[in-house]
Amino acid sequence: MSAEGDAALVVSLFAVDPAGVGGVCLRSPVQPARDQWLQFLRESLPPGTPVRKLPFNIPDGRLLGGLDLVATLKANRPIAERGVLADANGGVVILTMAERLTAQTAGRLNAVIDSGEILMPREGVTISNPARIGIVALDEGIGPDEAVPVSLLDRFAFLVDLGGFNMRSELIPEYEVEDVVAARALLPRVAIDDDMLQAICATAISLGAGSPRVSLLAMRVACAAAALDGRTQVSEADAVIAGRLVLAPRATIAPQPRDSAEPPPPSPEPPPDQAPEPPAEPPPPDPGESEQPDKPDKPLEIDVQTLADMVLTATEAAIPAGLLARLRSAAHERAARPSAAGRTGAFRSAGARGRPSGISAGAPKGSARLNVIETLRAAAPWQGLRGRAGSGEARVRVSPEDFRVTRYKQRAQTLTIFAVDASGSSALNRLAEAKGAVELLLADCYVRRDQVAVIGFRGKSAEVLLPPTRSLVRAKRSLAGLPGGGGTPLAAAIDSAVALADLARRRGDTPTIVMLTDGRANVARDGSPGRERAHANALQAARGLGVSGVASLFVDTSPRPSELAKAIAAGMRAEYIALPFANARSLSAMVRASTARR
Amino acid sequence: MSSSPRPVFPFSAIVAQDEMKLAMISSAVDPAIGGVLVFGDRGTGKSTAVRALAALLPPMHAVIGCRYACDPAALDALCPECQTRAETETLKHRLVPVPVVDMPLGVTEDRVVGALDLERALSQGVKAFEPGLLARANRGFLYIDEVNLLEDHLVDLLIDVAASGENVVEREGLSVRHPARFVLIGSGNPEEGELRPQLLDRFGLSVEVKTPMELQQRMEVIKRRDEFERDKGAFIAKWKKQDDALRRKIIAGRRRLREIKMPDSVLERATKLCMHLGTDGLRAELTLIRAARAIGSYEHADEVDLSHLRRVAAPALRHRLRRDPLDESGSSVRVERAIQEVWGA
Repeated sequence: MSAEGDAALVVSLFAVDPAGVGGVCLRSPVQPARDQWLQFLRESLPPGTPVRKLPFNIPDGRLLGGLDLVATLKANRPIAERGVLADANGGVVILTMAERLTAQTAGRLNAVIDSGEILMPREGVTISNPARIGIVALDEGIGPDEAVPVSLLDRFAFLVDLGGFNMRSELIPEYEVEDVVAARALLPRVAIDDDMLQAICATAISLGAGSPRVSLLAMRVACAAAALDGRTQVSEADAVIAGRLVLAPRATIAPQPRDSAEPPPPSPEPPPDQAPEPPAEPPPPDPGESEQPDKPDKPLEIDVQTLADMVLTATEAAIPAGLLARLRSAAHERAARPSAAGRTGAFRSAGARGRPSGISAGAPKGSARLNVIETLRAAAPWQGLRGRAGSGEARVRVSPEDFRVTRYKQRAQTLTIFAVDASGSSALNRLAEAKGAVELLLADCYVRRDQVAVIGFRGKSAEVLLPPTRSLVRAKRSLAGLPGGGGTPLAAAIDSAVALADLARRRGDTPTIVMLTDGRANVARDGSPGRERAHANALQAARGLGVSGVASLFVDTSPRPSELAKAIAAGMRAEYIALPFANARSLSAMVRASTARR
Repeated sequence: MSSSPRPVFPFSAIVAQDEMKLAMISSAVDPAIGGVLVFGDRGTGKSTAVRALAALLPPMHAVIGCRYACDPAALDALCPECQTRAETETLKHRLVPVPVVDMPLGVTEDRVVGALDLERALSQGVKAFEPGLLARANRGFLYIDEVNLLEDHLVDLLIDVAASGENVVEREGLSVRHPARFVLIGSGNPEEGELRPQLLDRFGLSVEVKTPMELQQRMEVIKRRDEFERDKGAFIAKWKKQDDALRRKIIAGRRRLREIKMPDSVLERATKLCMHLGTDGLRAELTLIRAARAIGSYEHADEVDLSHLRRVAAPALRHRLRRDPLDESGSSVRVERAIQEVWGA
């Protein structure tokens, strides 16, 4: 099936059971194909289905609901306001710029997706609203560092990438809204037998595709596919669709060549041809009964193993080419893959969270939220002057000048960027010790709740092994997966550390760079070998860092302190420290000192 | 909200994840163990298990009209209101379900600790205290999903209350203190950030859950989940017998807790293990012994033996080890290794 056809099929499947299949992550720049996709989604949803847009920076009050201030003051009793998620109950929520979504907001969405309702006390009112929703996350992320939080993706059946589409790409819809409506009616009666389920689960496991939750979503997609096709029994074609659309984009294990040499299964005809087959039997009369695998004879008489192989083969064939290449090549693939979850710690969102640090007068605008209690307190002394309305009626008169908002103070986050030299010379010397030192530093960063990032450099280039995160586990894993050997592209390493530091500063964080190298650069910026030029490049990059004013620490890992390294450290305006004379504790103290100085 | 009639997935229907189930059951048998932290892969039924546990807990006696569900039998732990009442009258009580209170991520601080009763403040101008989640969780369970994403100021608050068993509110002109003894249950995914050591320490047991990679297990997970979602009532009815049996076993285990013997040899082994692992303080040892006793009681043993101790060793100790960044092996492996070295078994 073509990419255009699949993109349209996802819309139809999603429209059949939005809450059941969780959602779609639509990775695409703003382009006609995306607009067309969204338009087709609106057309595919039955009339009257609520569709709500959700900006990524939505405050909790609007997302989940909260105290409706105006109504509250008017009525003199707390009145709850519904959030966007509750408004979208039974429909679809479109998350714009989902790659900017914080882990915290994702956590709230996860809870709502899981329970299908919003049930929590907020701001003096208890909010209780059903919210069965499907989510479309518009992901405009570029590169693996910008992505939707993984925990949210785990609840979405579909990951669609429109990256390969161009101006002339047209969706190829197969189903219309009438089909969707019919499928919705049919869906509760759709059953899946054990063999089909096994085929889906086996495929998920052998490709390492997602958690059990994803397997469940794949099953639901297979059911939706059957319903869309007017059947009440999941066929092999449906399972193939589920494998292709749900499991293939999540493969983490490269397909193993199986001993059965010929991939095409010995089934009489290719799966898609079986789709139009009319329902072989009337739908089961009792849809409510738990569907035990007591279904009568299946239409196909192939054994389970063959079926599983078939779904697996079809799914493998659908693994995106780029992903496949990554899976096959990357040695530290396991460490690198979860990088999508890199941004985990609390993001700064000015004024809306953190520790309350006092109250100030002001209207509740933007992210500032009204502090009702303080407002009432401010209003209290004036009650006599303002006069009580009526005689027996007890009410408080609040006017706009009484409004108080809470101010929040958020600790500036510190990001420590470790650039670790894994080149041959370093590996010989003391890569292991450098790793050990970094790990001690990591533990320290962790205690201070700092974020850390790890850059590894060897061979021709530097690579961000771990985007800023607070997770010690992942930092350690990324270090452990760092192989040694190759040249020393010092210039590239400094450049990439500066780029990362820059990004952090723009977010309002305070970066510190810790460089662990022997300083013997032998690969120039452009990747060509040559000691002379490499050193000149490195020096240049180092001076750039020095000028940028980012605090840095240079840890010389060579057995004897070298002049080359000292020169680079001087260019960086870094603290210079030679590892032979330093233990991890003093290193850590120095990092702290250089952070505190900022 | 604490005991909403929302149908929950039956505990007995949870596939595999034996360590997690064992830890939850032991903290239900003996709440003094101090809660469970469930850390692990996504989509492995962490929250499902917690919510299922709520349905398993036998009801408890609580003072009628008390906002903190005081225990009529524990006179020294009464809230100030009940104390005053107890001086003049006998406290009436009734059976209520054990609260399992959800602490969602978006909750505001005032709703956690309690705050001025807005309705009464607005309509009558009366300064009254409206208890928060901590009050409702008293004598029950407090569950935090994605506990590692909880905002820092809420974490601080929890750390304090979980240790003291008392919630002190000094805000908005209110000065209230009330009992808040709860079993803390947290779940999360370590890839999304870690917990402060202080908060880790508040959890008695910690379990690690992994994605089931075995085909039959995975199929069973999905089949049961699907069956549940298609017809919740029928599914719950199907598993009711097993859940009821489990509940009876928990009740029997609680009774047995006071009778079961704890041989000195077992105590000695526990101490040696903790010393070998260098866990800080007595807390690790106490938890280890309590958990072993709970498991022994639950399984109707006459005395606690080494097998009980062994099964709870990893959950009781793995999150209390000092971090050793130079040791690549996970903490579970370290506990396992220590058991080999110390007990030679």
